[in-house]
Amino acid sequence: MSLMTGDEKHSEAATSTLDVLWILYDRVLNVSPTNPEAKTRDRFYLSKGHGPMAYYAVLTAKGFLDPSTLHDFGSFHSQLGHHPDRQLVNGVEISSGSLGHGLALAVGATIGLGTDQTDTRVFCLLGDGELDEGSNHEAIALAGRLGLFRLTAIVIDNQSSMHGWPNGIERRFEVEGWTSAVVDGRDHEEIHRGLVASHHESPHVVVANVGSRS
Amino acid sequence: MIDSMRERFTRVTGDLLRTDDRTVVVLAVIGHSLFADQGLTHRYPQRIIDVGIREQAQIGVAGGLALQGFKPIVSGYAPFLIDRAYEQIKLDLAHQGSSAVLVSVGASWDSSGSGRTHLAPEDVALMTTLPEWSVHVPGHPDELELLLRHEHGLGSSAYIRTSIQSNSRPYTTAPGRISTLRHGSDAAPTVLVMGPLVDVTLDAVRDLDVTMLYATTPRPLDTGALRAEVTGTDVVLIEPYLVGTSVAGVMKALSDRPIRLFAHGVTDPDIRRYGTPNEHRAAHHLDASGIREFVIRSTAAPVAGR
Repeated sequence: MSLMTGDEKHSEAATSTLDVLWILYDRVLNVSPTNPEAKTRDRFYLSKGHGPMAYYAVLTAKGFLDPSTLHDFGSFHSQLGHHPDRQLVNGVEISSGSLGHGLALAVGATIGLGTDQTDTRVFCLLGDGELDEGSNHEAIALAGRLGLFRLTAIVIDNQSSMHGWPNGIERRFEVEGWTSAVVDGRDHEEIHRGLVASHHESPHVVVANVGSRS
Repeated sequence: MIDSMRERFTRVTGDLLRTDDRTVVVLAVIGHSLFADQGLTHRYPQRIIDVGIREQAQIGVAGGLALQGFKPIVSGYAPFLIDRAYEQIKLDLAHQGSSAVLVSVGASWDSSGSGRTHLAPEDVALMTTLPEWSVHVPGHPDELELLLRHEHGLGSSAYIRTSIQSNSRPYTTAPGRISTLRHGSDAAPTVLVMGPLVDVTLDAVRDLDVTMLYATTPRPLDTGALRAEVTGTDVVLIEPYLVGTSVAGVMKALSDRPIRLFAHGVTDPDIRRYGTPNEHRAAHHLDASGIREFVIRSTAAPVAGR
C-alpha cells in the first residue's frame, strides 16, 4: 500500500487495521457508496486516523473512492492526506488524526440517533496506544452508564501503548459495563464473530490482537 | 551542513541534563526516539519521563515535578502540547506559580501532509494569553539554543516553538531583543518579521524603501527597540502563524504615536489541503511574492532611491 500511496510513515498503523476494516466494510456495515448520506446507514468512525492507507484502500475497493485518486496521495491538490478529512473524502464520517477524539464523537452520535432508528449502529476504531489519551476513558465510562447498546468500539492492539494495558484492554471497558470480545486481528471469522456478537443492553468492545507493532 | 532545530534541541537538552540535576524532560512519545538515539534515556532514566500518548497528563506531571523543585523541559507536537493541553498549562503550571520550558515541534504548516489535525498556527496566540510567560519563535538552530539555554538558566516559564523552516543564518545573538536588519529612509515603512520568515522577507523587500526589523520573541516584545527604530507612520507585522497575534504588543509599544499597523499571517488555519510546507506557505501568501504584494499594497512602499 505504501508503494501505491507513498505513505511510508504510517505503514505499521495502516497494516494493523486492514483486516478489521475489510471485514467491517465487506460483511458488517450497512453503508453504500451510492447513498453515503443515507439516514439509516451504520456509522463508522476511524478514530485511529493515523495511517489511513488501509482505510482508503478499503473505501476504494468498495466503490467509495475512484482508484485514480490514490496516485497523488498527500499532495496539495489531493483529497487524500495522511489523516482523513470528512469534507474531502466520500464515505468518511469524521475527520481524524489527533488521537482520542473519535470515541466521544461516537458516543454523541449514538445518543443522537435516538430510539427511532433501531437498526442503525455506530462503530468506532481505536488503537491501544490511542487509549493512553484520557478523553477515551471519559467516553468509555459515559457510554457504559448510558447503556449505549448500538455502539461498538474496536481496539486494534499492536502493543504500541507506552506503558501497556497489563490487565487487558477489554477489562478497562468491562468495568464500565461494556461487553467484550477478544479476537485475532488477522482471523476474519473471529473478527466477524466479535463484531456481530449480541449486546442488547450495553456497548460492546472488540479487542483485535495483531501482534507487536504490526 | 547545519543541524535541525529539533536535533539541536535534543543535544542542548542533553547538555542541560548533564550540567543541572534539577533538569527533567517530560515527553509524550514524540521525541523519545531522538533522546534514545543519543543514549540519554539510558543515561537519565529517572529524569527523562515518557508518559505515553497523554499530553494533558504530560503537562500535569511537569507541574508536579516543578512543585518539587525540578526544572521541567516539556516537548511535543505543537497542536497537542499547546492546543490540547492549554488548560493544564494555564492551571497546572501558570496558576500554580510553577515554571517550565515548553518546546514544540510541528510549527504552523510544518506537517502539511498530515492535514488540519497536525497544523498549529494558533499556538503562539494561545500562549501569549498567559501572564508571565515568554514566547519565542526562533528562526535558526543557533537562536533556538540561545533561547533554550537562556530560559532554562533563568528557571522561567517559556514556550519555544521550533520549526523545520529555518533562516540561512542566525540574525540575533541577544535573547528577546529585536534586531535591525535594514534601515530605510525616515518616513519609510517598518517591516517587523518574526522567526523563520526572515530570508523570504528580505527577498520580498529587497528593492523597497523599508526599515526591516527581526524578532524571535513576540512576548515580551522588545518595545524599546521598536520605539527607537520605527520612524515613519506605517508598520507591517509579518508572522508565520495566526494573523495579528502580536498586534496588541506592537500597539502597546507605539500607543502614543499616529501609526498605521498592517498585520500579515495565517488568515485561514483550515485550508483543507495537504502537500508540502512550501505549498502551504504560498497558500497563506507568506512566500516572497505574497509578502511583497502585501507590503506594497498596504503601504505603497516605494522602490528605494526613486
